[in-house]
Order: sequence, then C-alpha cells, then structure tokens
Amino acid sequence: MTVSVYVPSDSAATSVGANAVAKAIVAESTQRNLEIKLVRNGSRGLLWLEPLVEVATAEGRVGYGPVTAADVAALFDSDFLTGADNIFSVGLVDKIPWLADQQRVTFSRVGVIDPLDISDYEAHGGLVGLRVAIALDQSAIVDEVLASGLRGRGGAGFPAAIKWRTVMDASSDQKYVCCNADEGDSGTFADRMLMEGDPFTLIEGMTIAGIAGGATKGLIYIRSEYPDAITTMKAALLSAREYGLLGADVLGGGKTFDISIRVGAGSYVCGEETAMLESLEGKRGMVRAKPPIPALHGLFGAPTIVNNVLTLATVPMIMAQGAAAYQALGSDRSRGTQVFQLAGNIARGGIVERAFGISLHALVHTYGGGTSSGRPVRSVQVGGPLGAYFPASGLDVAMDYEALIAAGGMLGHGGIVVFDDSVDMAQQARFAMEFCAKESCGKCTSCRVGSVRGVEVIDKVMNNIDRTANLDLLTDLCDLMTYGSLCAMGGLTPMPVLSALREFPEDFQK
Amino acid sequence: MAYAVAPWSPSAGQHLLEMLSPEERLILPALQSIQHGFGFVPKDAVALVATALNVSVADVHGVLTYYHDLRTTPPAPVTVAVCVAEACQATGARELVSHLHRTLAAVGERSVDGEVDLVEVFCLGNCALGPAALINGRLVGRLSPATFADVLDDARATR
Repeated sequence: MTVSVYVPSDSAATSVGANAVAKAIVAESTQRNLEIKLVRNGSRGLLWLEPLVEVATAEGRVGYGPVTAADVAALFDSDFLTGADNIFSVGLVDKIPWLADQQRVTFSRVGVIDPLDISDYEAHGGLVGLRVAIALDQSAIVDEVLASGLRGRGGAGFPAAIKWRTVMDASSDQKYVCCNADEGDSGTFADRMLMEGDPFTLIEGMTIAGIAGGATKGLIYIRSEYPDAITTMKAALLSAREYGLLGADVLGGGKTFDISIRVGAGSYVCGEETAMLESLEGKRGMVRAKPPIPALHGLFGAPTIVNNVLTLATVPMIMAQGAAAYQALGSDRSRGTQVFQLAGNIARGGIVERAFGISLHALVHTYGGGTSSGRPVRSVQVGGPLGAYFPASGLDVAMDYEALIAAGGMLGHGGIVVFDDSVDMAQQARFAMEFCAKESCGKCTSCRVGSVRGVEVIDKVMNNIDRTANLDLLTDLCDLMTYGSLCAMGGLTPMPVLSALREFPEDFQK
Repeated sequence: MAYAVAPWSPSAGQHLLEMLSPEERLILPALQSIQHGFGFVPKDAVALVATALNVSVADVHGVLTYYHDLRTTPPAPVTVAVCVAEACQATGARELVSHLHRTLAAVGERSVDGEVDLVEVFCLGNCALGPAALINGRLVGRLSPATFADVLDDARATR
C-alpha cells in the first residue's frame, strides 16, 4: 500500500532543511523499494519541530521532528512508515496539546492539505463559502460579514464589512479589491504561512469580497522578502483560473473576478494601506492623507476594498459556517479568533490561533514555553516594531484589541516577540527610532526628522549627556511624533520607545 | 537577489518594457522588470522607462531611489540579506551581523573578494527560527556565527 508522507514546503521549514529531508526520503524509499506518496504540505505551525515529517496512518497523521536529512535512514530503519515510535516521534500531530487546544479557523487547512491541490482544498471544506456567497445578493454577504464581527487583522481593527458596504454603495465603472500581503512587522509570519500553505483560501476570500463590493479586479501586494509565497500564489492563481474559480464566470455563478499579483520592493511603509495603493500605482510608496478614504477613492481613484491577508482568508469560513459560529468566539468587541505568532527568543515558536481574550502570559509561557535560550523572559514586544514592550511581570493582559490599548499597547498583526534577560531595552528603543528613520516615507516632518532626532537624543541619554533634560526632550519628541504624523509609522514609533522607558528605566541609567 | 542576468543594452531594455502587460505599464513594475532582466537598473534605463511610460525622468528617478530593493549597480554573485529586525535581534542577529562585519563585509558593502554583497533587511517572516537571512533568494534559519560559513559555501556551490 502506498503511504502518504508529508514534508512541509513552507519556507520556515525549508530554512532549516525540509527540502533536503524530502529529497532524502524519496531517495531512501526508492533504494528500499518502498512505495510512498510524498506530499509537500504547508507547515502545521509548530515551528520548533521543523522539519516535521508526518506519516498518514489509520489513526491519523503521526509526526517526527525535528528531522534532518541525516536522520532519514534511521527513520526508515525504525519503520516510521507504519507510524512506529522512535526518538523523533511526537505522536499523533492532532493530539499534541499545543495544537489540540487551538481554535483553528483561518488556519484550519494550513499544513493539513497540499497547498496547490484544489481538489484537496475542496475535500477540506474549500469553496463552500464562495458557493454560499454566489447565491446571495451583495448586501446579504456584507450583512453576514458584519454579523460575524470580523475586524481588520492588519492592525487597525476596522470592521471589514463597513469598508465593504462603502465600496458596494459607491457607484463606479471599476472597483478593486486590494489584498495587503506586505507583512513587514518583525515577529509576524501568518500571512506568509497562509499564502504558502493554503493559497486558495485567500483567493476565495478575495473573490467573495469582490462579489460583495461589486469589484471585478483584485490585486495582491506581496512583499519581495517572501519569494516562496509569491511563487505559490502565482501557481494557485493559474490553477484557480483553470478551475473556473476565477475568470468571467466564477464557479458558473455569472460573476466576474480575477486577481493579479504585484511584488513590493523592500519598503516597510508600503504595508500602510494608502502607501500600498501608491506603490500599486507604480509610484513611491508615500502615505496619502485621509479623507478621502480608500473605500471611495482608492486604487487609481476607484472605490477599493483594502484588507489584510488574514482578514480576507477568514471570510470563506464565515460564509461557510455562518456568522454566528464566528461571532460566538472572542471577547468583548473582538470577535472570532486571532492568529497569534510566537517569535523571537521562544522555546516553542509558531502559530497559535485562539479566540480573542487569551492572556499574553498563556501565549508566552504555556504555549511558548518561555525562552529558547533557557534564560528568564525579560520583555515581550506585542504587535510588531510599532508595538509596546511589556515587562515579564506585566503579561497578564487579555489579548484583544481594546484590552491591549488599555494596557498601553496594541495588537497590531498579532506578532509576539520574546526577549530574554540579556536584552538592552535602551538599545531596543534606539532601534525603534532608527528603523523609523530608515523606513519613513518622508511625507510628515514629525516622522522623517523626528526619528533621526530620536536616535540622537537616545544616544545622548545612553552616553549620559544631560540625561534628565534629554529624557524630557525625548518624551516631548514622542508626543510630537504621535500627534503630528499621518500614519502609524511616525504615530506609533513612540510606543516601543515610551514603553521601554516606562517599564525599563534602569536600562536608560547605565 | 541574483538572477541569471543578461548584459544590458538599450534595445534589450526596450524589449523587456514592451513585454509588460498593459496593467504593469507603471514605473515600479517597469523598473522591477529591468532589474530582473539585468540584475540592476542601469542609468540609461531611466530615460528609457520614462519615454516608454510617458512620464518624466524625475518621476522614474524618484521611484528608483525610493525602494530599497532597486539598485543602480550590478550585484555580486551572491547577495546575503540578513534580517536585523526585533525577532532576530532577540536570538542574536546583532552578534551575527558583527561577526559578518569582521569576516565578510559591513552591512551595505561588498566582500573584499567581490563575491558577496551583504545587505540588511527588516524581517523575512522566519521569526521563530531566527536569526534568518535570504541568500540569493533562499531563506535560511537558525544562523549563527559558527554555521554561517558553511551556509554561504553551500549557496555558492548551488548558485
């Protein structure tokens, strides 16, 4: 009997040798005259176990990891094709508590299916949501998404359906759906893993958005730092067109929608929606003032739905399972699930999709297992480079949009970066300003010049030059940047700086 | 990123621009296409793009100088884009970069043997398996000063 063996093609897995493992498995099985079917799946998100090899058995998929190419012969020797136990064994993957406790909605298929096999996608519930949407009128789709409580997962947390309704109500010959896949925040990789592991979900979600808003054209703006995601999405688009999921008659429902891919060019600020639109128009990625809002005056001046990858990729599940099921998850005004990304100096890093409201402590310690270095956790940055640093004693915060704001932070794109006690928080604060100086688009003086001055002032503080006066100046500068900048780049760079100053003052007193 | 590149000539550049689809006839995709074809954007290409798209030379120059990815000189055979963002800092990116500075090149510079360009990048989406780098378009994780030389040799051998 042919046994299915899964080796992830996700770039995190290949970055630690998954391709070599796959090659060795094929070579070894050929040499031993064993028939296997090798599937290159996405990653299950248990990144500390990568490369994680899985074998399909009658009881479920049994995992082995981390495995190197040199271990493959030993795997065969120990009969792993039958799911036998050996030193690499992690048991039934679905039963690993780390994964079993999760509430995977957006990520339900990632790592499970062959990313580019559309029949595998359908066999796991794909296209159900789109078929539901095709049978509804535009306004009913928008109502369903509104009822789900889905908010923008890119960071701003704006209700997706409000944007959609604005675009639906706007009259224009041409409307667009632009997917923001410029996932530039350090500590985030969920967009990448979804595009590499379940690209059809994103295509389906964008198509539903297009039908709801009355748009016929979609664009995905993928950052150039994600070459594998670009390759996978391009291949998925070809299959989707061939299948009739995209094109002049989407799934035979009479609607027209197609998608093309545009690649970024290494600019962080292009993850801001208006800068992304400028970049999609081929120009410098300069932030636009709002209003006019992109929903009315977006790409090339046309009404445009702009949503993040995770937002759009969640829509098919909402349409398939109903708004109520999604709305039932979460806390307060943050409904549904969030795909948290555990990163940095963490023992068990990866994807944890849970309903909003789980504590940061549970994510860092229960799931994450503390640091990978074995040293104590000292600081945790939540929400990317513009997010706040929390001290190890301040992790009892509920992870939802409002609770994090109340705690002086923000959710951002759900990235969680852990630092051990070797971190110098003054240096981290300096880096926040340095990063802003390098990546500022230059439109607002407070951001363009303020960030450069910020680096200088922090340097003076670190070198004990007029420390008290310069700390006052730094606080004042942060105030100016916060209120004087058009977008989050200048407006939120003060957040990591001030939180470091507030929570770790001793690091500025050396 | 390094590609199998063609030698630059205005007619070859013109040919690439003519191959752009109607919706890609915009400054950034045009410059990306030139860079993909020749490995960099030669000075002469600026006017060529401006003429082809009916925009000003200033507009093209503005886009060319805005984006970190776009370069105006030929790349080295190997480009190492090392992540220097927070998640990789937490696992030793600063130590890795100073090791590379001592043994290879400063960030933004080329190695003495002319073989390697070292550039910094802010996040490669490999934040749980850092420090990370993209070596000629191939993502590598869990880098350290001890393993880097082997990884680089590997990249050179397979290029």
